[in-house]
Amino acid sequence: MLSAILLFPLVGFLINGLLGRRLPKISISSIGCTSVFLSFASAFYLFIDFLQSPEGWREITITLFQWIPLLGVDVSFKLDSLSLLLVLVITGVSFLIHLYSVNYMEEDPSLARYFSYLNLFTFAMLLLVLANNLLLLFIGWEGVGLCSYLLIGFWFEDDEKAQAGKKAFLVNRIGDFAFLIALFLIFTTFGTLNISSLRVFEVSSNQLQTLTFITLLLFIGACGKSAQIPLYIWLPDAMAGPTPVSALIHAATMVTAGVYMIARLHFWYLLTPFSMTVVATVGIVTTLFSASMAFFQNDIKKVLAYSTISQLGTMFLAVGIGAFSAGIFHLVTHAFFKALLFLAAGSVIHSLHGEQDIQKMGNLKSKLPLTHIVFLFGVLAIIGFPPFSGFFSKDEILWLAFNKNALFWILGLLGALMTTFYMVRLFTLVFYGHSQKQNKEHLHEAPPLMALALILLALLSLAGGFIGVPHSLYAFFKMDNFLEHFLNPVFIRQLEVTQEGFSEYGLMILTLVLTLATAIWTFLTFHKHQEWTEHLKIKFHKVHSFLVNKYYIDELYTFLFVLPVKKGSELLLRFLDKGTIDGSLHGLGKLTNLSGYRLSLLQNGNIQTYALGLVIGAIGILLYIWSYFV
Amino acid sequence: MWHNIIFWILSILCVGCALGVVWQRNPVVSAVFLVGSFVALAGLYLNLNAPFLAAIQIIIYAGAIMVLFVFVMMLLDLHHPLDLYFRFTKPKLPKYIVLGLFIWLLCTLILATAFPLAIPDKAQGFTVAQVAILLFSKYAFPFELTSLLLLIALVGGVVLAKKK
Amino acid sequence: MVGYSHYLILSAVLFTIGVFGVLLRRNLIIIFMSIELMLNSVNLSLVAISKFTQSADGQIFVFFVITVAAVEAAVGLAIIISLFRHKQTTAIDEINLMKG
Repeated sequence: MLSAILLFPLVGFLINGLLGRRLPKISISSIGCTSVFLSFASAFYLFIDFLQSPEGWREITITLFQWIPLLGVDVSFKLDSLSLLLVLVITGVSFLIHLYSVNYMEEDPSLARYFSYLNLFTFAMLLLVLANNLLLLFIGWEGVGLCSYLLIGFWFEDDEKAQAGKKAFLVNRIGDFAFLIALFLIFTTFGTLNISSLRVFEVSSNQLQTLTFITLLLFIGACGKSAQIPLYIWLPDAMAGPTPVSALIHAATMVTAGVYMIARLHFWYLLTPFSMTVVATVGIVTTLFSASMAFFQNDIKKVLAYSTISQLGTMFLAVGIGAFSAGIFHLVTHAFFKALLFLAAGSVIHSLHGEQDIQKMGNLKSKLPLTHIVFLFGVLAIIGFPPFSGFFSKDEILWLAFNKNALFWILGLLGALMTTFYMVRLFTLVFYGHSQKQNKEHLHEAPPLMALALILLALLSLAGGFIGVPHSLYAFFKMDNFLEHFLNPVFIRQLEVTQEGFSEYGLMILTLVLTLATAIWTFLTFHKHQEWTEHLKIKFHKVHSFLVNKYYIDELYTFLFVLPVKKGSELLLRFLDKGTIDGSLHGLGKLTNLSGYRLSLLQNGNIQTYALGLVIGAIGILLYIWSYFV
Repeated sequence: MWHNIIFWILSILCVGCALGVVWQRNPVVSAVFLVGSFVALAGLYLNLNAPFLAAIQIIIYAGAIMVLFVFVMMLLDLHHPLDLYFRFTKPKLPKYIVLGLFIWLLCTLILATAFPLAIPDKAQGFTVAQVAILLFSKYAFPFELTSLLLLIALVGGVVLAKKK
Repeated sequence: MVGYSHYLILSAVLFTIGVFGVLLRRNLIIIFMSIELMLNSVNLSLVAISKFTQSADGQIFVFFVITVAAVEAAVGLAIIISLFRHKQTTAIDEINLMKG
């Protein structure tokens, strides 16, 4: 059953990848969707199985074959509560995205390529999640990187999009490099890469320093994959891919890999408080930083991209303070509502024939009623309005952050309010306000499969939070925190709640009130006076341009890293490549050529010359014999 | 004594004819010289008590092969001016040097080898019967192979010389 | 007294004359004749050594050499005819088809 989860997307990828050109479109898309659905069904079957079995039995490990016996590396998979939850989310959300893509990508000529990449993406992510071996995990890790490259640059005819794919790949490579070094260090330190063995490994105190190093390196890898400071720059550009791909990258796969990896290896992070602090700090800083960048973005997808970075920061904050199940909880709910938001945005873009600038939209409420409703669901979920899913997860993280350090709470709340501001701004500008008069005749609501996916995701965004209702609200909802119970056996230790219970209510209400106030204020501001933005733009011209240009981080990186590398490469090209390597190679070539030419004079076609050679050889033999006589 | 006289006469004849072969401008005259050289060699074979070889030397070489040569020369129009005016190809000097070195080395080595100077009287030659017995017993298989070789040569000659 | 050395030196001289022809003559047919001459000189030495060792094996070798010479002459002359048809010449320095 466990292998079946992995097998189906792989089979789908192979069929579509190898035979896709000859298949009709309908079978391509049905193969793509069915494979992921079957995978989801298998995962769901195992989930039911897990629920029925006692807690201690909720783990399956299988070893398919020995891969590198010398290093003790096997191809082995491990399914426990954590990975099962992730598998369910990945396959479930991925299935909905596949379904959505059927309509969205209908007219694309390379549909088979699209679906095969999508399946491969799902497969790689499942491999990452299920791997019981860090090397295997790394393969999945690289696999999602590769697929993101392929999919972001899916429309590679457009140079800008191809560049965006390259950028994602290269930035990820920096993180992967750190990850790889961490793997080497782990192997030299502990002698194994098997996660189950590493978990029970008794780390001696003199290994702690190395371990800190390892965890930091792993975190750099996670930064690359999960788009944290300073390696987040690829994610906004990743919007170049088709919108369902953005949804897939942002919600179900890829970016969650870093959070998952830290949760998976939490037993090391628990031993290294320093790394934990780094993780939490980077998380909270990223949250604020990227939220501010989203303020004045005018590309609907870029706003969502920055919000993803911001939410990921929140997740890292959670795992960084040791609230692992809260982090995973937020990962799950985020997967639901972010997929929903992206797909709804995709629906808007689709109906506007590719228009992504929110300034050119407006008053789409009546034209796209369904999209409007589901987008509203998504917005309410992300800003944390009860009872939408985002409320529960975000609130839990904030409450646990308060337990750890009040500063984290304040900053987290600030991040949440910023999120509220830009999300409501986005929503208002797109669906309310003045109608812009262009292309409105051809507006059309989402086709059936897209609508189905949107509705299902909207329901999940609404109800997804109930898997993790906090204890304090037990009386209210009459539900226990299912998720925490489910995940608890996986984690050795979690953050303890030290504060009084009543303050949780206080904080919750405070957050809620502030969020609502921000939301209403933003809504009214942008609804009534759209010119307000212009005012602000003129008034805070410098800040505005700073934010619009994303703090000039891209330019800074270009200046700091890309240019020196380019210059250095040019130098190397000139002196090493062209001078030394090319020179020596050309020299060798010339030498060969010349000697060949000279030697070819020997073979002049004149038999008598050859015969002369023969006689000279005979003389040589005679001289040899003669040496016996003398 | 007669043995010595016959040797000297025939060897001078043989070398003279050989020189004539390589010196003559006209290939037909060369061919006639070559026949002379072969006949002289056949005489030397007789002198060495090898009558069978002397016979086939005359029959095959002087008879069959030389006739073939002359036929070919008649088939081809060999009155090419270059052939007549420039017998030798260039460069000459290195070839002369190599040849001189070659003959000098050969003679030195032959003289350095301790052969008995005189041919003993008791040394007998071999009759045709003796040669035949050896040919059909010890060398029966190579003998059969030569028949195959001749067949191949026959086919090859026909194929090569055939007009397209 | 004439001994084996005389026969062998005669053979060597004949052989060298043959080599001279091969190396220096321009006409292909004469080169061919020179090769025959070389083969014959070897035959002579074989016969002489056959008598010296008192075994008939040398004579058998000569027999085979004569057969091979006949074969070689047949094929070689066929090649010359074929060549002449293509190039209208038997001059060896004009035939360099095998040039590298």
